[in-house]
Amino acid sequence: MPFSLLRYGLSSEPRIKPDFPPPPPLRDAYDVVIIGGGGHGVATAYYLAKHHGITSVAVLEKGYLGGGNTARNTAVIRSNYLTPESVRFYIASVNLYRDLSNELDFNIMYSERGQLTLAHTDSAVRAFRQRCEVNRHLGGRSELLDRQQIGELAPLLNLDPGRLPVLAGLWHVDGATARHDAVAWGYARGAVRRGVDFHPLTEAQDFVVEKNRVTAVKTHRGTIKCGCVVQAVAGASSILLGKLGIRAPIHTYPLQAMVTQPVKPFLTPLVSSSALHCYVQQTGRGEILIGGGSDPYPLYGARSTSDLKEGLLAHAIEMFPFLANAKLMRQWAGITDMTPDYSPIMGLSPIDNYYLDAGWGTYGFKATPICGVTMAELVASGGKAPELIRPFSLDRFSHFRQINEMGATAASH
Amino acid sequence: MKLMPCPLNGSRNISEFTYGGEVAAMPDPTACTDAEWADYVFNKSNPAGVVREWWLHNASNYWFIAERDTVTDTVLRTFDPGEIFKTRIDFTPHATSQENPA
Repeated sequence: MPFSLLRYGLSSEPRIKPDFPPPPPLRDAYDVVIIGGGGHGVATAYYLAKHHGITSVAVLEKGYLGGGNTARNTAVIRSNYLTPESVRFYIASVNLYRDLSNELDFNIMYSERGQLTLAHTDSAVRAFRQRCEVNRHLGGRSELLDRQQIGELAPLLNLDPGRLPVLAGLWHVDGATARHDAVAWGYARGAVRRGVDFHPLTEAQDFVVEKNRVTAVKTHRGTIKCGCVVQAVAGASSILLGKLGIRAPIHTYPLQAMVTQPVKPFLTPLVSSSALHCYVQQTGRGEILIGGGSDPYPLYGARSTSDLKEGLLAHAIEMFPFLANAKLMRQWAGITDMTPDYSPIMGLSPIDNYYLDAGWGTYGFKATPICGVTMAELVASGGKAPELIRPFSLDRFSHFRQINEMGATAASH
Repeated sequence: MKLMPCPLNGSRNISEFTYGGEVAAMPDPTACTDAEWADYVFNKSNPAGVVREWWLHNASNYWFIAERDTVTDTVLRTFDPGEIFKTRIDFTPHATSQENPA
């Protein structure tokens, strides 16, 4: 090893070892076509190959690998939701994340820092107590903290912002962050090595439907016959479903985030405030990442509105007053597919062999591994939804069985 | 600052308004099936393009209809709901008849 390193150091040629082969030619037919090459799509492909030995799989991506919301989210991993259905699902995801670097042999920079959510009202304290108990009951690690404990965890946090003094905090020990791009890259590499075809710059444009089954997917590079289709396209969910004549309870909103210039490490936990609609965390590089609620009305454009940015920054400064002197480096928006109950839509669709992984709104990244596992299981079993995702089916809305997670978002959109 | 041309108050800052959802034809609540009602309540057309939707001017409590492009974020047209809703919709004919038995 030392000699090879020395040789490498002295050589003028860089050692090129690509993680991915160049995209293969598009085949005429695949058993499974996955539309969307973000984290969810490639994770599904990975587990199809690994757990079920299904490798005749094409992942179609209209842009590049992990270039949509996988690249735009704020990389929060947590399981402190409100309903048992959600908590069970997200705990399974957090458990997979913990071991993901080893699983993929790819460093996803998983960093378990804990997540602190601040309560400014009595009703928030009550809701946090419930979330804490549900989380603990199902095996997560959560507790309620008082003001003094909060001050010890985040010394620079302003405990009396404006007219909203902090009353208590929901401390979620399992809260973590990871490098979002690496999650998509690691899964894609693992899938491609097992024989899955990844096709970037390939847009799914339309479908051929016969006897209530999708028999082929039309792309601008040609038509592909398919055994079944998985849709994992986040903000474009309604558009793709529209091609099949399926109506869904999805509204598309931009979600904004921004980072400041890097500063010295000062903040370990991820801190969010439900009343200030704002969350703040420090990345491994020292940048301060600020995220908030969705824009006030639906849009398909990622061009951010300035009103929301102004409010978001004002609240971030209320939480950490010294941020007023920090310079913003960049800001961006992701296009999210929101559902009325803030829970995803997973499983069967009205078309027999067309499977949904949609409605991921503002919480998709943290569910990437468990989505891959459960969607792969759904596909491999020919449409038998695993227990874990059965509550999230599209038809829950026609039976008025919503799973309300609106109050459990980090920033209460 | 983005402006919303309100049919009643003229052009105002869009932060004075609240988005109220897509304009959709309501099925008869007393006669339709649960599935039809759920479709009306939850499902959206959510197009990437021009959509007709309800907006409220908060200060004057005035509801109106806007045609907006969701890709370019431009408001094409706004108008008073009276242009398409010509008759008053009575939501409680059933309850009224129970209170006042003939």
